[in-house]
Amino acid sequence: MLMLHCPNCGRDVDETDLHAGGEAHLRREGAEASAEAFEDYLFMRKNPKGVHFERWHHTFGCGKWFHAARDTATLEVFGTYSAQTSEPPKEIIDRIAEKRPNWSWESDT
Amino acid sequence: MKRYSVFAIAREALRQHQGWNRAWASPEPRSKYDVIIVGAGGHGLATAYYLGKNFGITNVAVIEKGWLGGGNTGRNTTIIRSNYLQDPSAAIYEKSRSLYETMSQDLNYNVMFSPRGVLMLAQTEHEVRGYKRTAQANALQGVTTEFVDAKRVKEICPIMNTDGPRYPVLGGLWQARGGTARHDAVAWGYARACSDMGMHIIQQCEVKGVTTDGGKVTGVSTTKGDIGCDKLGMVVAGHASHLAQMAGFQLPIESVALQALVSEPIKPCMDIVVMANTVHGYLSQSDKGEMVIGGGTDGYNNYTQRGSFHHVEETVRALVETFPMLAQLKMLRQWGGIVDVTGDRSPILSKTPVDGCFVNCGWGTGGFKAIPGSGWAMAELMAKGHSPLTEEFTMNRFRHGKFIDESVAAGVAH
Repeated sequence: MLMLHCPNCGRDVDETDLHAGGEAHLRREGAEASAEAFEDYLFMRKNPKGVHFERWHHTFGCGKWFHAARDTATLEVFGTYSAQTSEPPKEIIDRIAEKRPNWSWESDT
Repeated sequence: MKRYSVFAIAREALRQHQGWNRAWASPEPRSKYDVIIVGAGGHGLATAYYLGKNFGITNVAVIEKGWLGGGNTGRNTTIIRSNYLQDPSAAIYEKSRSLYETMSQDLNYNVMFSPRGVLMLAQTEHEVRGYKRTAQANALQGVTTEFVDAKRVKEICPIMNTDGPRYPVLGGLWQARGGTARHDAVAWGYARACSDMGMHIIQQCEVKGVTTDGGKVTGVSTTKGDIGCDKLGMVVAGHASHLAQMAGFQLPIESVALQALVSEPIKPCMDIVVMANTVHGYLSQSDKGEMVIGGGTDGYNNYTQRGSFHHVEETVRALVETFPMLAQLKMLRQWGGIVDVTGDRSPILSKTPVDGCFVNCGWGTGGFKAIPGSGWAMAELMAKGHSPLTEEFTMNRFRHGKFIDESVAAGVAH
């Protein structure tokens, strides 16, 4: 079973207490945005085989959202962090870069 | 190709079965083909087969990183039905179901198609209304289904407990011409027929990159070297996004794990397929006697082909109320496959931003039933550039809001 650390309430929780919220750091355009921009925001997903940044909801717990960095090919969890950000914190990026030399945040975005 | 027949069996029986040929060849790749299909699962092989059969295009390679039919083709619960709500879905799934009826004769390979009937249980008032609506839609689409009441459900499937306290059975959507088939045989049968037409099926050959020239596809680089092509078909289910990324575009797809399990074999007790979408469980009995149980998907992006025990528990816990006899059974095996899910739960059969590159994906949790219809339509799309069956299934439909919304009609279980 997948276990994640909720940075909001500080608990290590099983996936059964969580709800997956899909890709994190999506950019929502304004009302004047093009159809393509809305398509990107609503439907287009990186869906990588590898490093994935994603949203999780601590449904049966503190009820708050947080973000996780995880490898979808190995299920390794690199860390979790607050959802109040538009990009992962440096320590998470550094930790991933150390374990996945071919990966970089710049090429991911 | 030596045809399989009762006479062939008799002949071989008399000479210790020394005369059987390999069902398909395993050649080394040529430097260039007219068409390359990536993915030797059911959909990829069916696409190649109909390219040859319907359009005479036989200079085709089907490339597979693992072994033939080793992905979702060999991991599903083999359910075949076409009782969808939307017209474009009904058209392609019904085409597919009808092709299954003649597939064994067509391929000269016994795919063990068993039109035993598929019953989708209505266990809430919402489902009753939803399935009545589907039955009406199916009537207009020429797909034979009917809504049956709880009494009839009990007659069709006597082992079912229809008056459980939490999930009472209120009725069901019954498609008598749905059923099951042997999933491996579907892949093997298509592979044998493709090989017989001179196509190359290249296993253990992983695509590492897609090469393009001026926005047009020119080939793929693989673990067995570079292979050129005029047209490229990506038919790789859960890995569709991964391959699309190599070609430089994104898909509206997320890959998640879907799992299934089988029980120990028991005597025949259920001669239909039952789907219970409220509790995310579906059930049929294999010819070996195993109860084949399918569950729901994991909620998060995942490329590991394994399941999770809490989903097994969730599925079985809900099913034992409706099928109390299941509680007595031991489970033998459990496994997972990676399914490619779109926003509207309908597939994508489409041209792509790369000229000459076509994509067939997004079948999500319900691809097996669609194999022949998908191959038929994809072959037409690749040969002619358009197909009436694929018109609505473009990858751009999300931009225009032209969803083929089966997510409400089909829920999780396919």
